Amino acid sequence: MRDVYLDHGATTPPRPEVVEAMLPYFKEQFGNPLSLHRYGDGPRQAVEEAREKVARLIGARSNEVYFTASGSESNNLAVKGIALMNRQRGKHIVVSAVEHLSVINAAQTMEKLGFEVTLVRVDKYGTVDPVDVEKALRDDTTLVSVMHANSEVGTIQPVAEIAKMVKGRSKAYVHTDAVATVGRIPVDVNELGVDLLSLAGNQFYGPKGAAALYIKRATRIMPLIDGGIQESGRRAGTEDVPAIVGLGVAAEMAAEDLVERSAHVLPLRDRLIEHLTTDIDHVFLTGHPTQRLPGHVSVVVEFIEGEAMLLLLNMQGVAASSGSTCTSRALKASHVLTAIGVEPALANGSLLLTLGLGNSMEDVEYFREVFPPIVDRLRQMSPLYKGA
Amino acid sequence: MPQYSEKVMDHFMNPRNVGEIPDADGVGSVGNPVCGDLMTFYVKVDDNRLEDVKFKTFGCGAAIAVSSMVSEMAKGKTLEEAKKITNADVAAELEGLPQNKMHCSNLGADALHKAIEDYEAKAKEG
Repeated sequence: MRDVYLDHGATTPPRPEVVEAMLPYFKEQFGNPLSLHRYGDGPRQAVEEAREKVARLIGARSNEVYFTASGSESNNLAVKGIALMNRQRGKHIVVSAVEHLSVINAAQTMEKLGFEVTLVRVDKYGTVDPVDVEKALRDDTTLVSVMHANSEVGTIQPVAEIAKMVKGRSKAYVHTDAVATVGRIPVDVNELGVDLLSLAGNQFYGPKGAAALYIKRATRIMPLIDGGIQESGRRAGTEDVPAIVGLGVAAEMAAEDLVERSAHVLPLRDRLIEHLTTDIDHVFLTGHPTQRLPGHVSVVVEFIEGEAMLLLLNMQGVAASSGSTCTSRALKASHVLTAIGVEPALANGSLLLTLGLGNSMEDVEYFREVFPPIVDRLRQMSPLYKGA
Repeated sequence: MPQYSEKVMDHFMNPRNVGEIPDADGVGSVGNPVCGDLMTFYVKVDDNRLEDVKFKTFGCGAAIAVSSMVSEMAKGKTLEEAKKITNADVAAELEGLPQNKMHCSNLGADALHKAIEDYEAKAKEG
């Protein structure tokens, strides 16, 4: 049996250097960054250094980086903060149909507060067409949010094109949820041309609990968390210094080996996709075949169900994920698979494998060994499978 | 996977009575792959007893475990006894199901009952 972690989309293991860097801030450097006495000095400096490192990774200025506790918080701050602060000039929000639920649900909450939301459709690969975004724009559109890449089907969106179009013909702010891309592929806020960008440390070998929202200077935004003056008054609360320090180190390491990261996982991804779609019958890739995250494999396996696959894979040491209804705590089918037009029964056979630095070709070969018998076993049990 | 009991995992890993009965006396199907669960039960009836029970299931760990447990509970019982099997009985025999999987236990009992009803309808026709 082999221990194979294929769920880097859920979270990544923090690098040893990240953990080492965090430890002093749990111990002798435990102070509050806002304290005037000497206990505040080290933590305050560490937070600002981390800010600088995150800024460098995405091509931003330090004072445009705001720390939050999660990608979801960054997304909520972007959607609600922009909508509320700028409500006088417009109450229309445009988001893609495949956004993370933290964007979609935040937009739906704004609907309850009197805003209007337009969901932009996607094609069968989950790609947003800038033309469709343009059609959705109105005079009162205040925010457009389109993710940089989708974590369920891996598709990378034409954000730069969309941002350019939106900024060219409207006053709306443009936000991109880049939680799935920062630290995996090059992300530059100037190239993308966005006003806001979300990122999360636990996606690129940093700790959980440390994320950020890039807010371009001069952007008007209402804080979600009021109170003290932390994060220039935009996000009150004593900073999670260890987590922020960890995020900084993770960002620094990502900046150094970004190219190697995708080079490492790409062949593993392609071997897995080849195996799944050619060695086993009735398995289909979801998301774009080439414009996709370098370590992302998402398929639907016909005639069987996702959670059952995950349980059997888990027994064999393989950790994976799925978008099936049964694997969602809310017992809802994946809105992303629905938006790309995957038939509901087929969507229940969703399997999601996300590779990382710790994976090797041996892992892929092991998966190739253990997965086909799992599929056979479940298909033999299935009333839908009529094959031999 | 912490939320499943040992009994549920056992029935999922080693399901009893998987298969079809080609000349079944009754067949019952419940659920729908759109929701993520489809269970089909096959029964062979002899002298008012369920001589044989088999099932095929498309669904999650709970769905497969429930189907297996229902088939085990029903096999050998009289039709009356089998009709009395409820989802609560099934969940209890499995030593509990997570709250959001209780609906799977409904499906199992329902599919079995449908198979029995199918047999009875056919038997009436003679």
